[in-house]
Amino acid sequence: MSEKSTTFDPYASSRETTEGTVYSVTGGDWDSLVSEIGEAKEERIIVNMGPQHPSTHGVLRLVLELEGETVTEVRPGIGYLHTGIEKNMEYRSWTQGTTFATRMDYLAPVFNETAYCLAVEKLLGITDQVPERASIIRVLMMELNRISSHMVALGTGALELGAMGPMFFAFRERELVLDTFEAITGLRMNMAYVRPGGVAQDLPEGMTVRLRELVTTLRKNFKDNERLLVGNTIWMKRTEGIGYLDLAGCTTLGITGPVLRSTGLPWDLRKMQPYCGYENYEFDVITADTCDVYGRFLIRMAELEQSLRIIEQAITKLDATHGQPVMVADKKIAWPAQLALGADGLGNSLDHIREIMGTSMESLIHHFKLVTEGFRVPAGQVYAAVESPRGELAAHIVSDGGTRPYRAHFREPSFNNLQSTSAMSEGGMVADIIGAVASIDPVMGGVDR
Amino acid sequence: MSEQQGMFGAAGTGDTSGYGGLVHASVNPGSTERPYGGYFDQLADDLERAYPDFSDAITKVVVDRGELTLHIKKERLVEVAQILRDKLLFEQCMGVSGVHYPDRKGAELVAVYPLLSMTKNQRIRLEVATSELDAHIPSLVEVWGGNNWHERETFDMFGIVFDGHPGLTRILMPDDWDGHPQRKDYPLGGIAVEYKGATTPAPSNRRSYK
Repeated sequence: MSEKSTTFDPYASSRETTEGTVYSVTGGDWDSLVSEIGEAKEERIIVNMGPQHPSTHGVLRLVLELEGETVTEVRPGIGYLHTGIEKNMEYRSWTQGTTFATRMDYLAPVFNETAYCLAVEKLLGITDQVPERASIIRVLMMELNRISSHMVALGTGALELGAMGPMFFAFRERELVLDTFEAITGLRMNMAYVRPGGVAQDLPEGMTVRLRELVTTLRKNFKDNERLLVGNTIWMKRTEGIGYLDLAGCTTLGITGPVLRSTGLPWDLRKMQPYCGYENYEFDVITADTCDVYGRFLIRMAELEQSLRIIEQAITKLDATHGQPVMVADKKIAWPAQLALGADGLGNSLDHIREIMGTSMESLIHHFKLVTEGFRVPAGQVYAAVESPRGELAAHIVSDGGTRPYRAHFREPSFNNLQSTSAMSEGGMVADIIGAVASIDPVMGGVDR
Repeated sequence: MSEQQGMFGAAGTGDTSGYGGLVHASVNPGSTERPYGGYFDQLADDLERAYPDFSDAITKVVVDRGELTLHIKKERLVEVAQILRDKLLFEQCMGVSGVHYPDRKGAELVAVYPLLSMTKNQRIRLEVATSELDAHIPSLVEVWGGNNWHERETFDMFGIVFDGHPGLTRILMPDDWDGHPQRKDYPLGGIAVEYKGATTPAPSNRRSYK
């Protein structure tokens, strides 16, 4: 105490307020803080964890009330990554909306795009006209994305609980998936690849061969993490019985995804309310009955294999539908040109340019109107949901008949599920909050939108 | 010198084709007549049986694009929600989405609740409208606890006050923010940024392409 008053430490300062003494802790100075609080003879302290803390999954702030090391109250504070995506979408065309939606939950961009596009297609009444090949590509991309997203959940979750090895392996696998995304769409993340009416472009030549190799590699590599963590005594001590939330709790809090399935309820929208032709794929819904962090971890591990199964079936279907269209035939909705990679490395469509610049004035007008103003969508409202890696991701889209969404709202599973932090952590130890939050797998870009 | 506003110096909508001048009537769908199709008829029968005041509380039933929407008087919202949860097994409410219709006088603000029944694998939607001048809707947190944050978000974005909510504060915007950003009369951008004493003008006022 006396040392504190004579030397000023910018990283571990304290000041008096009407609420009591406020300490700033930045890590590494925990011992001096504990000794000082011990002098204060006060067991009850309030800790502000975050919003810039390495183990709270991005800019999440947790206000903790502690009695010793026992958590008596947790209050999550969010909004640090609010970017107004829903508001912005009201000022952009329906096609441009994909570019915004993809940036919400940045670990699951394909799911954001697909939920949005399914809603727009429902509003347009063209759900049945979306080509089969486009739906297969969507399923393929979503399952690849589920793998890359689960890899971050597992890797960072393990890292936060003190295991560094799994993170290296997880990010190695994720990198392979992101490379595949880059080969297909040109971008690793936020690719705006799924568009209303189909997908932006077909797979490059020879992609299915590469995908088959990827599946083989991933299946082999997933074993590394399994060997490290499944049944590992230390890992199980940190995760078993931690972050308990049973079925009643999940139902009242609107929880979906792996957290719900860890209570034993096999609720998966891919099975229950199929979209994009999921009814044509064989896969299992993985559940656990432990309601805890370890159960959710096992579910994510096992879902990787199920995703690989779906991907394999999708590859077979892709080979069978080679050369078929990937965008609706309606030229009043479909993007005018199908771009192809040119010799200069840029995407272009020389035939289309020849047509609009040299032969058809009407084509030029049509191209210009569709690209700048966009298509109109009949008035009404719809709700379209997909099973994202974190649960039910849904788009509630309202159209007034114009070329822009009248209102776009996303039911984000991260936003909803993060509410359960308090129920999972209160009454437990402060160190277990980290495990509980990691098992919810919130992505703040999705939470705050 | 005439005054120019906005980017690129275009007046009006910037539409040069002439088609932008066409006038569309705003759509306010009327009530759907029976049969509704699918499981909706059975569901409406069950609800009428479980809730005798059905015709008084529910002003409109709309079936559009394969989705059922029940328009409910706001005073009756909690009753209907309780019946839907307990008797018709809609265990989960997937949140609240606000919509602002400035043209609908007396019912400008709308709260939309998508419901999910896992037992029956069904979905319906509740819709409640209120006036901008009296932007109060009863809270459903007592019925579905998960609506807590969703109602805070809708309050934050639209200014709808959910009466009975245990702690209705802003959730995404800063606590001291003025206005409700998702309302239609709230501009996109338009907020100057202050940082370390310097002010950066809002994007809409920053540049002019003239």
